[in-house]
Amino acid sequence: MRAIRCIALSVFRESIRDRVPYNLVLFAILLIASSFFLGQLTAGQDVKIIKDLGLAATAVFGLFIAIFIGIGLVSKEVERRSIYALLAKPISRQQLVLGKYAGLVLTLAVNVAVMTVALYVVLAYMTWTTAAPLQTSWDAPGIDPRLLKAVFLIFVELMLITALALFFSTFSTPLLSAVLTLGLYIVGHFNADLRNFESVVESRTAAGLARGLYHLLPDLSAFDVKTQVVHGLDVPAGYLVLTAGYGALYIALLLVVAILIFSRRDFK
Amino acid sequence: MTSGARQTALVPTPAPKPALMRIVAIAGVVVSLAGAVGLQVTRDRLYAGQSRETERILYVRSGEAVRRIALDFDALWADVYWIRAIQHYGGERLSTGRPRNYDLLFPLLDLTTTLDPYFNIAYRFGAIFLSEPAPGGPGRPDQAIGLLQKGIGVQPNKWQYYHDIAFVYYWHLRDFQAAARWFERAAERPNAPNWLRPMMATMLSASNDRASARFLWNQILQSDEEWLQKTATRSLMQLDALDLIDQLEAVARRFPPAPGETYSWEALIRRRVLRGVPVDSTGTAFEIEPSDGSVRVARTSPLFPMPENIHR
Repeated sequence: MRAIRCIALSVFRESIRDRVPYNLVLFAILLIASSFFLGQLTAGQDVKIIKDLGLAATAVFGLFIAIFIGIGLVSKEVERRSIYALLAKPISRQQLVLGKYAGLVLTLAVNVAVMTVALYVVLAYMTWTTAAPLQTSWDAPGIDPRLLKAVFLIFVELMLITALALFFSTFSTPLLSAVLTLGLYIVGHFNADLRNFESVVESRTAAGLARGLYHLLPDLSAFDVKTQVVHGLDVPAGYLVLTAGYGALYIALLLVVAILIFSRRDFK
Repeated sequence: MTSGARQTALVPTPAPKPALMRIVAIAGVVVSLAGAVGLQVTRDRLYAGQSRETERILYVRSGEAVRRIALDFDALWADVYWIRAIQHYGGERLSTGRPRNYDLLFPLLDLTTTLDPYFNIAYRFGAIFLSEPAPGGPGRPDQAIGLLQKGIGVQPNKWQYYHDIAFVYYWHLRDFQAAARWFERAAERPNAPNWLRPMMATMLSASNDRASARFLWNQILQSDEEWLQKTATRSLMQLDALDLIDQLEAVARRFPPAPGETYSWEALIRRRVLRGVPVDSTGTAFEIEPSDGSVRVARTSPLFPMPENIHR
């Protein structure tokens, strides 16, 4: 456990050295600038759009970090040949993979947390500067704790994408890993269509295959509840638990396979 | 190569001073930027029409297609299309010197509401944009009703959408029976205000009078949405202008021009019938028809075009 923690902290420190926190500054500028301009453009929908923009930016910045750092977690060590020095230390390959994953998840957690705080600060400012009668037209209050439900599922989705990137990075080049992860991210958002494939095709085999793929591929569209929370619609706690549980199991599966592949790799 | 020439070749050329290099670099950046901005401004001035045509192009009209392309970010795309809808409507409405073309308005609103089916203001204000008669809007109450019915499909208990459809039938289509039916359906929704049922009765008595219109617009003025309030305020000002026009026409009829003269404000002022040129509530002078003394709101007034067939 200690070895995993050390590796995780080292990955976190490296991400700081790689200037990952710069994206937080960009995020803050984006939100603050938007809050000034949107009021003029959106017919009183500025708070809704700030929420949409804040949640979407959290997901996009997180996605880029998850993919572009995730793909290099293992393959960079192999390319630089620093893997030999690492494996010579008293740590197992399993600990190395888990530590790398935990480190990037920690980076993402800090990133998402800071972005969420920045979003709430901007929303608080907008609530404070908007007359109370106008606030009654908002679907949901400016400072709405329900936004955290969307943030939570975005974070779980980012953890899953990190696991995907790490999985590909254990046996593939960084470029191919990035393409495969991004590809699965896109496919994962169309995945729900495969569920009802039997209603559009006659072939039972094709329908069965589609259904199989639906269960095999990550179902990422389920993690998107942004529209609901922005409009103040209910997202049941049961839905959150089931979706997060699905994400956790899928992550566990990817990490186990990644460890198996990495353990069998020959670095001679 | 002689030894002298070789010696010359080996002598290192003095390196430029770093400060000088920096000044040259900064000057280069400034000149390039100024040149680029100059060319941009010239291009925009010379080919203004071309960029306007590009703005009118909507590459993807299928909301379902955009929803798929948008992946997780459909609500954000809805915001983008909403801003485009407002810019398109505002840009066309304020444009001068070319025919106003609102062709993109409905597809933009349709895309917005497909991407974010709970975007209430896009249905409600979109319906107002679409119903507005030319040249202030496309004059498509049918599309406004279609858009609101789409909203009802998503939120069947939203009484405001039923009310807005009733209003389109009443204000733009003058179909009082249909308006009454939709007011009744609005009144049946949970949390519907109690003034909707009396409105149904008013519609059934075919009241295309200003008192009913004023009552309805006052109800919309109570809305939470700032833009709806602005629209209601403008419509109430139009109703006031209609009242004033009636009074001014009565005055003009009572004091007809002398033989050989035409109707004019100057003549009425000269005869001390009026103290000055009458203006509407935006401060724009009314126009009087020289031949028959009929009075109208000026085309330059923010109240133009005025609603028709609203009797006293």
